[in-house]
Amino acid sequence: MGKFTEDDLKKELETKEYEYGFYTDIDSDTFPAGLNEDIVRAISVKKEEPEWMTEWRLEAFRHWQEMEEPDWANVTYKKPDFQAISYYSAPAKKPKYNSLDEVDPELLDTFNRLGISLEEQKRLAGVAVDIVMDSVSVATTFKETLAEKGIIFCSISEAIREHPELVKKYIGTVVPKRDNFYAALNSAVFSDGSFCYIPKGVRCPMELSTYFRINQAGTGQFERTLVIADEGSYVSYLEGCTAPSRDENQLHAAVVELIALDDAEIKYSTVQNWFPGDKEGKGGVFNFVTKRGLCEKNAKISWTQVETGSAVTWKYPSCVLKGDNSIGEFYSIAVTNNFQQADTGTKMIHLGKNTRSTIISKGISAGRSQNSYRGLVKVSPRAKNARNFSQCDSLLMGNKCGAHTFPYIEAHNKTAQIEHEATTSKIGEDQIFYCNQRGIDTEKAIALIVNGFSKEVLNKLPMEFAVEAQKLLEISLEGSVG
Amino acid sequence: MNLKNKLLSSYLAFEDHLEEDSPIHDLKSKAIKIFETEGFPTRKQEEWKYTSLNSLLKADYSLAPRQENSLEVKDVRKFFLHDIDTYKIVFVDGVYSSFLSETTHDKIDVCLLSAALSKPKYRPVIETYFNKVAKEDSLTSLNTAFAREGAYIYIPKHREVEKPIEVINFSTGNEAALMLQPRNLIIVGENAHVQIIERHQSLSKNAVLTNSVTEIFAEKRAFVDYYKIQNDEVTASLIDNTYIAQEDQSNCRVHTFSFGGNMTRNNLNFYQNGERCDSTLKGITILEGKQHVDHNTLVHHIEPNCESHQDYKGIFGDASTGVFNGKVIVEKEAQKTDAFQQNNNILIDDKATINAKPQLEIFADDVKCSHGCTIGQLNEEAMFYLRTRGIPEKEAQALLMYAFANNVLESVKIPELKKRINKLIATKIGVSMGFDL
Repeated sequence: MGKFTEDDLKKELETKEYEYGFYTDIDSDTFPAGLNEDIVRAISVKKEEPEWMTEWRLEAFRHWQEMEEPDWANVTYKKPDFQAISYYSAPAKKPKYNSLDEVDPELLDTFNRLGISLEEQKRLAGVAVDIVMDSVSVATTFKETLAEKGIIFCSISEAIREHPELVKKYIGTVVPKRDNFYAALNSAVFSDGSFCYIPKGVRCPMELSTYFRINQAGTGQFERTLVIADEGSYVSYLEGCTAPSRDENQLHAAVVELIALDDAEIKYSTVQNWFPGDKEGKGGVFNFVTKRGLCEKNAKISWTQVETGSAVTWKYPSCVLKGDNSIGEFYSIAVTNNFQQADTGTKMIHLGKNTRSTIISKGISAGRSQNSYRGLVKVSPRAKNARNFSQCDSLLMGNKCGAHTFPYIEAHNKTAQIEHEATTSKIGEDQIFYCNQRGIDTEKAIALIVNGFSKEVLNKLPMEFAVEAQKLLEISLEGSVG
Repeated sequence: MNLKNKLLSSYLAFEDHLEEDSPIHDLKSKAIKIFETEGFPTRKQEEWKYTSLNSLLKADYSLAPRQENSLEVKDVRKFFLHDIDTYKIVFVDGVYSSFLSETTHDKIDVCLLSAALSKPKYRPVIETYFNKVAKEDSLTSLNTAFAREGAYIYIPKHREVEKPIEVINFSTGNEAALMLQPRNLIIVGENAHVQIIERHQSLSKNAVLTNSVTEIFAEKRAFVDYYKIQNDEVTASLIDNTYIAQEDQSNCRVHTFSFGGNMTRNNLNFYQNGERCDSTLKGITILEGKQHVDHNTLVHHIEPNCESHQDYKGIFGDASTGVFNGKVIVEKEAQKTDAFQQNNNILIDDKATINAKPQLEIFADDVKCSHGCTIGQLNEEAMFYLRTRGIPEKEAQALLMYAFANNVLESVKIPELKKRINKLIATKIGVSMGFDL
């Protein structure tokens, strides 16, 4: 085998095509493009929602109209035309599915091609999956098994109909309707998403998972996820996303709210692989997501994310550490390539006493991409003995890309202990030389080093997901992995 | 009338003193226009997120003192580095005091910017350097528009200045509130060496707002050692804008010691225009009361093989606030850059606040860039150890703080100055011990 150098890897990265770029030809029921109060009402009617929900949406819509699109992030893109997007698209056949056999075979085929065979997962991995395609939840598996334990896991529209008291109590409490431009937009037009409630003291026996896919052209996806872990419960939640290759930019503006009550623990993992655009930077998904979790006393929320897709990413999974002794964690790998731009990071808001947070962020940039870490660690005057450790490492491949770090640290309490460190480097010639010396060829050496670089985060993913994440990372490693 | 309008209208009067068609005049008209459109920075701007100028801008500042003020040497002697011989450029209420100064034209120029701006013999130098590295932001432009006095230091090739140069701005408090806009221009030729100490000192409790701009040019292999001592009255505020342009293999070091003042904002900008440059930015900040210090640094690595080292230590007591906003930019041509940024902070009291934002923007791959930022307290075990050896709490605390800041002090090259700063630190912490251990 010829000598594989970093340049080759770079070239390969640049020419690597998006694997999930197929489009599934399924009849779908799509609203005309544009956004006004009637559309918001129509979505609400379509979802058979109660009056209070319609009002809630309209209120959000009115706020949204007064808001301006933020432009502080370190990304440049053509602002989407919000009147040119269709705000609702659903696979046309609407009957409820009781078992997978009833699902449109073509749809099932889509999921098989994505590598998430429901059947297989059902049997082998024991993962309960809720699949959201073009904003509508199409299949939820394992519902009955979960129901035995009192766990509610369903689409959010179903939850609004069947568990209105829970939804009403918690929705918008962590990410308020008017939190930011995209959260307001989402609150007005969200078409579906997942809802999960773990009762007191229950340890969810399996991983819960949502799979998001944008299929239809000219649509935006606006899903909303609400996870509530009641006192002393535990849940591990997984989320994956893909989209077909298109020349145009598609908009994805999701909101995720996590609520961990006293002593509860939520582990939320994301593998995000939206279509990143082609080699020339054409097309791709704009990923503007608001994710936030609230920790009550002794609660713990842990975010793990592997970001490989999207043309533009704008995403800051955050933890509000409200209760005493609560813990927030954030582990992230962000890989950008070609013309991708990512501005991602986290916020850790320490409000309670003895709160702790850890941030580990790894950025890998190649091609002409720009990768930024933006994070906030805030210790309020009340938060005695707050502790934070942050580490942000960046790996650069080539001198056409950029890696940026913008950490904000605000300490208002003298007992706070905060550490932040960041490094930027490339794969060292000496590191490769060392491997070569020991008979490891350059290709393997690069794989080894990149793997080692991201290991701290990969290790945090649940077993079932780590496989998929590693597969995605291969996008940057393929050709170098023996 | 708000301060902005007052400044704009008084510029018209000020303009009459300027020569009609000089390039300086054009520069100033352009600068005042920038200030007119941009106005004073507000907290909405990212760079000013943690520092508000609002309360400072309320005072009715006098822009030019009505009378010449003279000072007795004995009153101000303590503010000079009097143990050793130095060159001195002294301004009293913005006006040059020949009585207190000690300038020279012997081989090197240590004199006044007003002279350099007006005399034809300096014109080529002024045209090459004046306002060439300063950013065109609103505050710097405001200074450019009004600047007429400050230090002018020109060190020709291969010249090593034998003694430090002190640049001191006094304000007497004869005006109820005074706004000063000193402007310094420092050119250090090839292979030349210079040490400069800058100080702003108010002699009364009256309000002073200083908006100072310093431009430093370090030619090939030049060595510049610059010390800023900020130990002013708590009624004095300072906005310091320093711009440094470095050529091949030059070495520039700036130490900032911020102990006093009401609001201090340091905009320190390094531009490495040549290869193998070395930049050092260090600072010690010790605050109490309601003091506020904002360090805003920029190191712009433009050419390959350069280094930069930043090390800022802060100790914050009472309800003081500290801001560290450090930015390192590495351009894609600047391969083999070694950039290091360190910011350590200790919070002593409950109401003290620190806001830190150490940023890296990197476009080159073969670089070594890192930053570290910590916020914490004095080590309890170390405290206990010292107490078991019979050292009283206050002294033990002082020792630990001193040790914490020592990294920065170590690289001060003028022994007398180091001693002086040791004393300032001891006074600030409130102990009478010396630290000459």
